[in-house]
Amino acid sequence: MDTKKILFTGVGGQGTLLASRLLGEAVMAAGMDVRVSEVHGMAQRGGVVESTVMIGGLKSPIISKGEADILVSFEPLETIRALDRCSKKTTIITNITPIIPITVKLGQGEYPDVDHWLDFMKSNYKRVCALDAEELAKEAGTAKAVNVVLLGVLVGLSELPVDKEMMEETIKTRVKPKFVDANLKAFELGLSQVES
Amino acid sequence: MHPLLSKNSGEKMLLLGNEAIVRGAIEAGAAVAAAYPGTPSSEIANNLFFISLQGDWPLYFEFSTNEKVAMEVAASAAAAGVRSLTCMKHVGMNVASDVLMTLAYVGVKAGMVIVTADDPSMHSSQNEQDNRIYAKFANLPMLEPTSPQEAKEMTIEAFELSEALELPVIVRTTTRTSHVRGPVELGPLPETVKQKGAFQKDPRRWVPVPAVARMRHKVLLDQMEKAKEFVEGSRFNTKTGQGKLGIVASGVSACYVEDAISELGVADKVTFLKLGFPYPFPRKLLEGFLADVDKVLVVEELEPFLEDELKIICKETGRDIPVLGKASGHFSRMYEFDPLMVKKAIAEVLGVEVPMTEAPDLSSLPPLPMRPPSLCQGCPHRETYNAVKEALKELGQEENAIYPTDIGCYTLGLLPPIQMADYLLCMGSSVGSSSGFSIATDHKIVSFIGDSTFFHSGLSSLASAYHNEHKFCLVVLDNSTTAMTGHQPNPGIEIRPAGYDRPRIPIEDAVRGLGIKNVYKVNPYKKKEAVDVFKEVLAKDELSVVIAEAPCILYYRKVGGKK
Repeated sequence: MDTKKILFTGVGGQGTLLASRLLGEAVMAAGMDVRVSEVHGMAQRGGVVESTVMIGGLKSPIISKGEADILVSFEPLETIRALDRCSKKTTIITNITPIIPITVKLGQGEYPDVDHWLDFMKSNYKRVCALDAEELAKEAGTAKAVNVVLLGVLVGLSELPVDKEMMEETIKTRVKPKFVDANLKAFELGLSQVES
Repeated sequence: MHPLLSKNSGEKMLLLGNEAIVRGAIEAGAAVAAAYPGTPSSEIANNLFFISLQGDWPLYFEFSTNEKVAMEVAASAAAAGVRSLTCMKHVGMNVASDVLMTLAYVGVKAGMVIVTADDPSMHSSQNEQDNRIYAKFANLPMLEPTSPQEAKEMTIEAFELSEALELPVIVRTTTRTSHVRGPVELGPLPETVKQKGAFQKDPRRWVPVPAVARMRHKVLLDQMEKAKEFVEGSRFNTKTGQGKLGIVASGVSACYVEDAISELGVADKVTFLKLGFPYPFPRKLLEGFLADVDKVLVVEELEPFLEDELKIICKETGRDIPVLGKASGHFSRMYEFDPLMVKKAIAEVLGVEVPMTEAPDLSSLPPLPMRPPSLCQGCPHRETYNAVKEALKELGQEENAIYPTDIGCYTLGLLPPIQMADYLLCMGSSVGSSSGFSIATDHKIVSFIGDSTFFHSGLSSLASAYHNEHKFCLVVLDNSTTAMTGHQPNPGIEIRPAGYDRPRIPIEDAVRGLGIKNVYKVNPYKKKEAVDVFKEVLAKDELSVVIAEAPCILYYRKVGGKK
């Protein structure tokens, strides 16, 4: 079976860990082997939070330079930071809403030109899907569902052995009951980004 | 019902390595567990805590004030015939090591498992010490899982081994085995759990005065000889392939090796020895392995633990083949590995090409701004730091001040714009190091410690500081929880998880109880009052303690703002 190495990246508090866990649960429910790695501890205080989902019998929990099959990024600066983990064959899904780091606010660095780098990605990588996931999450009823919007896009691209129904089933069983409806809506909105 | 108890035997769950250890302990009938939290071990303790708190299972759990106490609690329970577990991060083992070294001599009756979670690359730690060396140092058996499934199975095995050998058994993980999720097939839960034992008096065993200790050291060595029989036949030590390059690995490194062999397509060229039960070293297994190959590559993070032993065996058996690894420069003694690094090393030794993916040219990428972790918006620690800074400024002492700090969220006070963390060693070091600075300098010393860290190892240092007349201001950042590791309780907390009703020790009472008179409490959100208190305290040149009391905002929200 084909292996897939999926890298999730974002900022502490954005829900990257929940996204990778939901995907891992859906893959396991589909009867495949999966490893999900997570970052806990200090980085969760507003630092960069990375997680991976490794599908198809891979044992390694992390992804080296140039080896991600799919990058799912919650924040554009973090997308750019993770480009060295990608190759020309990588599919990139990225949220476009910046979260300005404290270092930029203190004048210790410059936030990169997002539009320029999105153009670069579009002309250099296999497939790029850039969207305002926060806007869609708000439309679904909660700005916190950025992670599930991005999962919708990921499943919509049909590069993984997980379909819409499996993912919806996982959301229903894994998300807190009062947030299920908003998350299902967010998932649909993510899916529709690919279809349109 | 706690999620780890909610599914039936035979079902699969996607568990963290740490959760799998908890499930393993439950399946093995552990009835007592004690721990002090620390990344990457914390989820073990958290899950045990909630299982115990909810009363879902006959398990006693406590957050002890530090790792030493936790190990003592678990050790005596096991001495009394009750299966027990303690878990800690790698540096926590240093705190518990005083117990560990002698516990190995006196041993246990029921199974006792010690989990140490190491942190190569220091994702959340102050050093990256390799705790496999503790297994050798204390002379205790050690298992090393590569996946959550193995983490569960090895925990169960560790209890069995421990009971058979009457020695505690170490399960060693790293960040990449503790914090990895994978499918875990659940086993049956025991029908009964032995919660009470009886301590059989035997001073010639349990009281290691010199005459007893001399006997017990011999017993330890004898028991570890017996352990070799278990290790030689262990199902966790596996050999695959018949190629002439021997590869030895354990822990997450074994995962990288497995993927590398498959991705490089070199299965016919290598013999791969995966050591899930590496200590005591399986001497016969290793000798047989060395006889079958003509070169060895050892893939292990941090210290050359297996590499050095293989070299010893080569020397002693006259087997003159290259043992490659750290000393040969194929791998570093620093930081964690990654899959490509391991693939490249194996390819180099075999003289094959690494199939590389083609990457776009990123040379035009500008330097990207860093995104360091920081104190949360609205965190009370920020307010305390600002109040201290303001007071020092008004006293004209800002330039002369130094800030010994401690371990917790507030260590992030290191970063701009606060920059009030000047010296740090370990848990509780703020107090002892302030004492040294007060002897050796004329700086104005303001040190910071959290409430949980204060109970962990601040108390005895503070007694020492007062008795020896050191002069500094200790600020206790009391946010009523152990925030950094996921909001565990400590003896001082006012805000509590539902159902947690153990007695409270107010920090102020504890400090006054030591005899210290200059004790003040401030609310960091009341800036003017806080600055006034700090000004009054810092104008004097004597030992003082200021308790800055305000709950962690994340925790306050989580528990619904209830006290």
